[in-house]
Amino acid sequence: MEPTELIQRVAGGDRRALARAITHVEADNAAGRAILAGLYASTGRAQTIGVTGSAGVGKSTLVAALAREERRRGRTVGIVAVDPSSPFSHGAILGDRIRMQDLTADGGVFMRSMASRGNLGGLAETASGVVDVMDAAGYDVVIVETVGAGQDEVEVATATQTTVLVTTPAGGDDVQSMKAGLMEIAQVMVVNKADIAGAETAAMQLRALLAIAPPRAWEPPILMTVARHNEGLDALVDKIDAHQDYLRTSGHADEERRTLAEAQIVSLARAALHRQALETAQGEGILETLVDEVAARRQDPRAAAAILLEAVRTHWGRG
Amino acid sequence: MTTEQRTLRVLIAKPGLDGHDRGAKVVARALRDAGMEVIYTGIRQTPEMIAEAALQEDVDVVGLSILSGAHLELFPRVIAELRQRGVDDVLLFCGGIIPEGDIPAIQEMGFRGVFGPGTDTNDIIAFLRENVTEKQ
Repeated sequence: MEPTELIQRVAGGDRRALARAITHVEADNAAGRAILAGLYASTGRAQTIGVTGSAGVGKSTLVAALAREERRRGRTVGIVAVDPSSPFSHGAILGDRIRMQDLTADGGVFMRSMASRGNLGGLAETASGVVDVMDAAGYDVVIVETVGAGQDEVEVATATQTTVLVTTPAGGDDVQSMKAGLMEIAQVMVVNKADIAGAETAAMQLRALLAIAPPRAWEPPILMTVARHNEGLDALVDKIDAHQDYLRTSGHADEERRTLAEAQIVSLARAALHRQALETAQGEGILETLVDEVAARRQDPRAAAAILLEAVRTHWGRG
Repeated sequence: MTTEQRTLRVLIAKPGLDGHDRGAKVVARALRDAGMEVIYTGIRQTPEMIAEAALQEDVDVVGLSILSGAHLELFPRVIAELRQRGVDDVLLFCGGIIPEGDIPAIQEMGFRGVFGPGTDTNDIIAFLRENVTEKQ
């Protein structure tokens, strides 16, 4: 299917076209870029929610429960679940559907698993593209789930309007949460698995940490859930809705949109520059020569990088 | 549409009621180690769930693992559900306990590869790479 046909079908609610459009966007190929360009004007309607937290805190289960609660409220839901690619083989096992089996049978839910791929295009940008396609397809709520480990993954979650940080009572001491730097990015905090001992303590620690943070216009609420039993989800969706209302009414929405737009443009330009420069350097054989030099310790890597950049610049100047 | 090198996406699913997913997991892991993205959906999947997952994930390949003996019942239903959704360009393969005598019927249904116990996972990888077709 050509991009123009895919765009039309996505806008018309064709799920197979949506799936194929996402494949192109994920591959960051010419068709993917054409699709995003064609659909962009019809994005910006969905509520976008990022869900992040360490491995094992119950993110997939929480996302499934969150989707069920949104469905109960009559909203359609798109889900993008990001799992890490193997740094060795670049392959991945994407297992988020295991926790979301009942949602597969629901026509109002569309769920897509995505591997982090370690691509040059930037994970956050690729995931945002996938969110945009689901948004354009008309889903009321689009949820992005990522493991909150490493900058790339955290950026994915923060590229949404409302970021939910998930922890558990067994999450370790409060210094762990501070170290991870995750506290700063959350608009809603959740202590999941709240039926195990120590949930109150964990919530109290989060409260204490927030109390010593600089004051901000939106104070992140701290909620307790038992996602496995769908407990606490009503309150969670209420808070997410409250944050979305806050964004719309406080004038922060424009500001946030601009911040996000700037981050996206810079990041995409950086990735394109990166890719083009490397292509030039490889095409001209410059990189290989420098690799030999550095490997033989005749040049240091920093000097080699400077030479590479200079050579690319000269080459581009000629073109 | 594109000849750019792409990552193969494979759905590994277990239709029916048997809960033995060791084989499925071994295959999933081998495919990951070969650089593929494997969507594993867990045990006890209905044909509808498998087809819907294949559609949403836009996979190149669907692999079914079954040890319950219900393959002649369930496989045609999976294929029917895929067709109903317009998912007509995926490569199908299967594994598990499938009697020799049933293999021709299963191939007739459209399963290009049938891999029983003891299969070298490298054979599955080679089979997938050789037989997967370009998406349109």
